[in-house]
Amino acid sequence: MFSRCHDRPRWRVLACALVAIACTVDARELRVCGDPDNLPYSDAAGRGFENRIVRLVADDIGATLSYYWLPQWRGFTRKTLLEGHCDVIPGIPAAQANVLTTAPYYRGTYALVFRAERVPGLSDLDDARLRTLRIGLPLIGIDAMPTPPGRALARRGIFDNVIGFPVIGERPAPLRMITALARDELDVAIVWSPQAGYFVAQQPAPLSVVLLSPHEGDPEFTFAIAMGVRPDDASLQRTLDGALARLKPQIDAVLREYAVVRAGDDVALGIRP
Amino acid sequence: MAALRALLATGLAVVAASGFAQEASDAGNWTMPAKDYANTRYSPLDQVNTGNVGTLKLAWVFSTGVLRGHEAAPIIADDTLFIVTPYPNLVYALDLKAPGAPVKWKFSPNPVSSSQGVACCDLVNRGAVWSNGRLYFNALDNQTFALDARTGAEVWHARLGDIRRGETMTMAPLVVKDKVLVGNSGGEYGVRGWLTALDADNGRIAWRAFSTGPDSEVLIGPAFRPFYATDRGKDLGIGTWPGEAWKIGGGTVWGFVSYDPALDVIYYGTGNPGPWNPAQRPGDNKWTSGIFARDPATGQARWFYQMSPHDLHDYDGVNENILIDVTVGGASHRAIVHPDRNGYLYVIDRERGEVLSATPYASVTTSTGVDLQTGRLRYAPDKDPQPGRTVRDICPASPGAKDWQPAAYSPRTRLVYIPHQNLCQDAETAQTSYIAGTPYVGATLKMKPGPGGKRGRVTAWDPAAAKAAWTIDEDLPVWSGALATAGDVVFYGAMDGWFKAVDAKTGAPLWQFKTGSGIVGQPVSFRGPDGKQYVAVLSGIGGWAGTVVANDIDTRDQTAATGFANVVPDLKQKTQKGGALYVFALP
Repeated sequence: MFSRCHDRPRWRVLACALVAIACTVDARELRVCGDPDNLPYSDAAGRGFENRIVRLVADDIGATLSYYWLPQWRGFTRKTLLEGHCDVIPGIPAAQANVLTTAPYYRGTYALVFRAERVPGLSDLDDARLRTLRIGLPLIGIDAMPTPPGRALARRGIFDNVIGFPVIGERPAPLRMITALARDELDVAIVWSPQAGYFVAQQPAPLSVVLLSPHEGDPEFTFAIAMGVRPDDASLQRTLDGALARLKPQIDAVLREYAVVRAGDDVALGIRP
Repeated sequence: MAALRALLATGLAVVAASGFAQEASDAGNWTMPAKDYANTRYSPLDQVNTGNVGTLKLAWVFSTGVLRGHEAAPIIADDTLFIVTPYPNLVYALDLKAPGAPVKWKFSPNPVSSSQGVACCDLVNRGAVWSNGRLYFNALDNQTFALDARTGAEVWHARLGDIRRGETMTMAPLVVKDKVLVGNSGGEYGVRGWLTALDADNGRIAWRAFSTGPDSEVLIGPAFRPFYATDRGKDLGIGTWPGEAWKIGGGTVWGFVSYDPALDVIYYGTGNPGPWNPAQRPGDNKWTSGIFARDPATGQARWFYQMSPHDLHDYDGVNENILIDVTVGGASHRAIVHPDRNGYLYVIDRERGEVLSATPYASVTTSTGVDLQTGRLRYAPDKDPQPGRTVRDICPASPGAKDWQPAAYSPRTRLVYIPHQNLCQDAETAQTSYIAGTPYVGATLKMKPGPGGKRGRVTAWDPAAAKAAWTIDEDLPVWSGALATAGDVVFYGAMDGWFKAVDAKTGAPLWQFKTGSGIVGQPVSFRGPDGKQYVAVLSGIGGWAGTVVANDIDTRDQTAATGFANVVPDLKQKTQKGGALYVFALP
């Protein structure tokens, strides 16, 4: 629910009833939870692509927009949406279990990022060169779980040349990885594709982005991304689904503007926003 | 020691205590969470005994105003009782000389609020330490503070770690001579563990010993003589890891530190390796999930023993090391008694680092024993969690047979009183998660009660006989510390709020009192200015086991609280949040 008179602390509902105003469509407020410092998705200045998409949605449904900020670390959904600090989290996996999700509005996958002149033609996890190249992987850390390509590499006995970049740290892990690549401290970075496209486009080195495909026995690399609402908030879910469907061309344009590489995209080289 | 020799001469004494040589004036104080350097949590006071504890009455209560898990021990010195709360780590000094123990001073360290988002398992603090007129404690945001214990004025503070890298501090410092020993938490976040010695005068770092990496940074030098061959070799803190994984390898130091003044050696455990899935960090992953013996002046390691090489199950090695003398095979050893998370109670020669015995004190399916020739844990391969595979009946569960909650030892009964849990878990497939914009599929851990169906237990363990003398089953995990007294009474708290006294010899229940919230703190005993013996404990549910209440977690999400929500779905009905100190005395 995004109306000012629902799902809010009881005293506000009471105040609202007493004053007997504002329970109208134009008083709608879309309360959003987001990470204040996690570009390209979001930042506190509203410069991320999820900020832009949320703005499109709010305008579409005639709601004002407010944010509750918290780093998207362990327990984010519980500490934000499920504690009632907001009504929607944009940009979470459509398969996430503890929320009700909208229809997905993009799909990402994991990508190899590298200097083409150093490793020409690299495109596959079974490439023998991956046994010796310095490979950077984001390190989820929580629950001791690696990214799916990390598991795929471990299955192939590739660990010694793998360097972990904890996702919790100064600046986003993919930015640190791509910076290391540009400085020749890494040969290959394996990055979530929406972040890969954006950060590759931000720096001058000629880097290739190649989407990875799992083989038999590998985990799935592709995740559909949606918005999440509280499990009992089917009404907001329907409202958002309608807006996302109407806004598809505009959302695609925002994703292009941020050089978001999506599952199924052609290999992107030298992207510029 | 003369008394000890006399006892041994009779041929009867198999266990005796060392480290009890306290001055008479110390008997009534409780200056460090573990009571003494040997970590016995034994009070020599005997006014309260098995005959009269049934009449124990509430003397006074003090509300801390904080709602998170209160795991700290009250500290008593100079007729003052000191408390450090969970985040925001308020410190209270209560005047024991005045009726009702009014607040003498209060100190707010104001830790940065983002530290709340980093702490893994509730925002706990395990206590302060009083030494030489000063009170030392750690704040969650990696600061160590020294206060003037009389006035509460800050003497110094030191910032030791980086929140942005996932580090926090939750442990209680230990003061050894002129050094304040502190360690970091955060093994789940790719933190590299360390123990740091600060100059007690000014807070400057005297030395820092990492738990992974090159010998020069682990402080391994010529004095390092580990007992087992697998711990000998150059730079094993690098060589037992793939590539550069040691840089983020865990091994944090968040448990209690012990000290043997006679040998002049400190002992402490290191946390589990991290943060990769085990398949991605082949090797023994030294020096994680083990025990270090070090020189307190220089930090140089004397020996190391690894309880869980290449840990698969989150079995930190940080549980307390109780320093007592134990007779094994007819010979008396200066020993460590260490109830590990992996389910074994280790008796280790503390001069040499040799395992004298390792006996399961809880249900264990993840391993089949400890090879005393090599010191190695024998893992059960069918309990190795594999991505995409369901593995059932992993015992003990990730919090171990016992987590942080410290045991007590009575030299009168020669038993170790171990508060612990009886939990197993199933590792099931696949739940999609998202951290900082990076999607992944994690294993779903579902904890469940272990064999017998009761989730908690207090075990009185005879370390010489390597068997339990008695046990008490508890419905909920026993997440509080234990206290043993010269009155032959053992105290512990339950997560539903009951504070209990039992007979140290038999485990027979003697007394109980229902406090306002679940107990996850460390009970202590002291002599008041009026000459009476008091027993004190912080009540206030929380910690990993209690976080479903402290964090208002929806227990319908069975995997919340890293699997704990599934096994304590009833906790919200049984207790509510609220931190308070309870102090008891005879009428």
